Amino acid sequence: MFKQATWNEKVIFDLGASGRRGHIPPKSEAEIMQSTGKMDKLIPAKMFRTKKPRLPELSEVEVMRHYLRLSEMNFGVDSGFYPLGSCTMKYNPKIDEQLASLPSFADIHPYQDQSDIQGILEILYRLERWLAEITGTYEVCLHPAAGAHGELLGTLLMRIFHDQNGECKKRTEVIVPDSAHGTNPASAAMAGFNVVVVPSDDDGCISLGALKAAVSERTAGLMLTNPNTLGVFEKNIDEIAGIVHEAGGLLYYDGANLNPLLCKVRPGDMGFDIVHINIHKTFSTPHGGGGPGAGPVGVSEKLAKFLPVPRIAFEEGQYQLDYNRPDSIGKIKSFYGNAAVLLKAYAYILSMGREGLEEVAEIAVLNANYLLHKLKNVKGLILPYDNAKPRKHECVLSAKPLKNDTGVSALNVAKRLLDYGFHAPTVYFPLIVEEALMIEPTESFEKEELDRFADAVQEICREAYANPERVLSAPQNVSISRLDEVKASHPRTMALSWRMYVKKKSQGVL
Amino acid sequence: MKNRDHPYIPNSVARTKEEMMRQIGIKDIDELYADVPDKYRLKKPLRLPETLSEFEVKKHVEELLSKDKSCSEKRAFLGAGCWPHYVPAVVKEIVQRSELLTAYTPYQPEISQGMLQILFEYQSMICELTDMDVANCSMYDWASALGETARMTARVKNRKEILVPQIIHPERASTLKVYSEPAGISIKQVAYDVESGQLNLADLRQKISDQTAAVYVENQSYLGLVEEQVTEIGREAHAHGALFIVGIDPISLGVLKPPGEYDADIVIGEGQPLGNAMNFGGPLLGIMACREDTALIRQMPGRIIGLTTTQDNSKNGFCMTMQTREQHIRREKATSNICSNEALCAVAAAVYLSLLGPEGLYELGEAIVHKTTYAIQKLSKIEGLTAPIFKASHFKEFTINFDNANVTVKEINKKLLEHNIQGGKDLSKEFPELGQTALYCTTETHSKADIDSLANALEEILT
Repeated sequence: MFKQATWNEKVIFDLGASGRRGHIPPKSEAEIMQSTGKMDKLIPAKMFRTKKPRLPELSEVEVMRHYLRLSEMNFGVDSGFYPLGSCTMKYNPKIDEQLASLPSFADIHPYQDQSDIQGILEILYRLERWLAEITGTYEVCLHPAAGAHGELLGTLLMRIFHDQNGECKKRTEVIVPDSAHGTNPASAAMAGFNVVVVPSDDDGCISLGALKAAVSERTAGLMLTNPNTLGVFEKNIDEIAGIVHEAGGLLYYDGANLNPLLCKVRPGDMGFDIVHINIHKTFSTPHGGGGPGAGPVGVSEKLAKFLPVPRIAFEEGQYQLDYNRPDSIGKIKSFYGNAAVLLKAYAYILSMGREGLEEVAEIAVLNANYLLHKLKNVKGLILPYDNAKPRKHECVLSAKPLKNDTGVSALNVAKRLLDYGFHAPTVYFPLIVEEALMIEPTESFEKEELDRFADAVQEICREAYANPERVLSAPQNVSISRLDEVKASHPRTMALSWRMYVKKKSQGVL
Repeated sequence: MKNRDHPYIPNSVARTKEEMMRQIGIKDIDELYADVPDKYRLKKPLRLPETLSEFEVKKHVEELLSKDKSCSEKRAFLGAGCWPHYVPAVVKEIVQRSELLTAYTPYQPEISQGMLQILFEYQSMICELTDMDVANCSMYDWASALGETARMTARVKNRKEILVPQIIHPERASTLKVYSEPAGISIKQVAYDVESGQLNLADLRQKISDQTAAVYVENQSYLGLVEEQVTEIGREAHAHGALFIVGIDPISLGVLKPPGEYDADIVIGEGQPLGNAMNFGGPLLGIMACREDTALIRQMPGRIIGLTTTQDNSKNGFCMTMQTREQHIRREKATSNICSNEALCAVAAAVYLSLLGPEGLYELGEAIVHKTTYAIQKLSKIEGLTAPIFKASHFKEFTINFDNANVTVKEINKKLLEHNIQGGKDLSKEFPELGQTALYCTTETHSKADIDSLANALEEILT
């Protein structure tokens, strides 16, 4: 049976002892010290820090042990099956990590003379070309730091496009389906648009009738995920693109679910004008417990001139950073994007090659349908939205019957899965599925692991009918049992830093 | 069927594939794509590279990267938002721990206590450094943190104007503008005193009004100088009911007064110096912290980790909090669309700060001040150079003006390359009023010998 490490590791502020230190920074040379004099002469008294920050005081040994123990109380793709739907948790190749930590990359500054950074510029330039080829777009910008950042850029591009056509004041609405990722409406709102939601049909695809009714001269664009968050391919994409374009809107592709389409179908060919790519999903770079990722944006020709500066150009045998883009929207962050993440993606594409990428798509889809096949008839679970139709990269089951029959919810199933040594699927998303369990196996896991997972789900559902308490009290085999998340967010009891905790503790609130 | 078994794809082996297809009841994987309209199915292979072995990939990438000259190979004096600092070995060891590296956002707290506790410790250490009460667990970088903060203060104050110093990184200023424009926020720049580079208080007083949502200053400023009038600026902001935002380089806070001590409401900054390599400028680490104020916390973007207990109250533990601010719950009403952030860079920062502790951080700040002061002393002796152009204390970065030598920064930098030195950032286009000026950076990684050879090279070039 799985058992995660449980260290009862104290918060670091409660470890160590006064005067202990974990690192000695390089000292200034004696001649420098003689020449410059004392600190109180170098920093004005009113700006000098007199009260030292209350940072931990630990030896290097203790720091290493503390964080090693904490890492043991965490679960990554290398630990086991991680079917977190819409997150595409695939294997992160180790060679890519090695390459990104080479000093010949890590020790490069973004403002070096261009003659001294030809290597990294060539890598990024080629990566742009490959991503444009994969997405069927005209030009790709590598700057966005995450998928949502790419969405922000994409919706800002919609804004500037309509603005240049003198329609910015008129085109105030962005349409999203009810199955959309939460980032879509949030990004559209950040770019200053009102959000219009259209429902899905019984087959899980966006309702064409509702879409037709929703578009108007106010439409700035439609944000669509394809395959959508049910794992269903939007088969009417041709009509959808037609409806939106005819109304004068732009079509935005949320690339979170690009994995099953690699080398099969291209968003640009389907009529999408703007496409973001989640490098940390489709291109196998590690998610780092929340980031860094990278969210490059590809666009059609008419939008290319608006992309952030600088663009990477190849002229006169030299790679160059081109700032001469008068129509550019400007910057969305400093420098040129998360280069370390992008370098890993470059290596990944080389490791896979064209054929390997197509294999990624096929096996990701095969794995999802294999799991679906094993799970859809499990007592307590159903597959909403056309249960005969194949899914693409993921499938969304509903535990509604289980909940009704036994009181065991999708959340309880998720928590019990942790006890079996699996990460839980995404739960309660998409919002249009009650008691949703959103399962994305990716191409990275072997059949035996998929079988073990399917067996575990089956076993948990059996447990729910036989001994629901067992499931409801999960998890038991991980570092900690169920947490009080209400207390964590309540204004009176929330402790968002150690000093806040100590204060509330002393006031007797905690 | 094509035989394309690949080390990263266990089920790509033909036998496994066939067995799985048999169970599903299909003969070809293509059947799973039957609902994709034929006109969109790719008919021709994409122009992408052929599959390479691991050895070939390594060799290829290494060869490409060998065309670059790293900042230690060719001594660089570049900073301006991305700085060379030593990254201790323990930091590298921890951020490569698979359990942290290959995890997603800690949506399932019970199996992710490690990441959650580290991020809570990161937030807590940022609070200690800045003297704030609450920090989020990261933004993309300083520039986007500034953009988000402008929007945050506009929401909190229901006002649409932000005052920023004229001396600001142009990339930060551009990002701020891009983030602010759709929210209808206007940005006004406050002039600086031409002698000292300090904010011009008279200009601030003229521009501030009851429309001002926030006043923003940086310490140290983009051009490396310490802004000394922070107390007055904060007072001015608060007197007009505006919020006071301070941008910092956290590595200065061992020696410089923390913004909390001069009444900042929100602190942002660039956390890259804390244990993260330069990596050609990304990933970076956006810092964001604020006072304990419900209105501020409710409007803060980004993930915030909290300390709580188990449901049976038997044990402390950690989870994401205040998620009702976020996009997956709030959708278009969220405080921001941010979800993926720079968590692993925050892990690096937490380990880094734990290693340095209060003493280490002070000593590091002291070393940087000494190096910078020494560089200024040494370089200002060279005829034709003015270093720095402003009469102020400097931390880590300083300006050199070449006007009296009648050369451009571009020419100087080109000649420095021949001396195997990468000169400072050319400011002549960003700040034309400063003439031929460059921004130089010295940290604890620059030895006396490095600075001396820069001085020698400049002397040689100019005579």
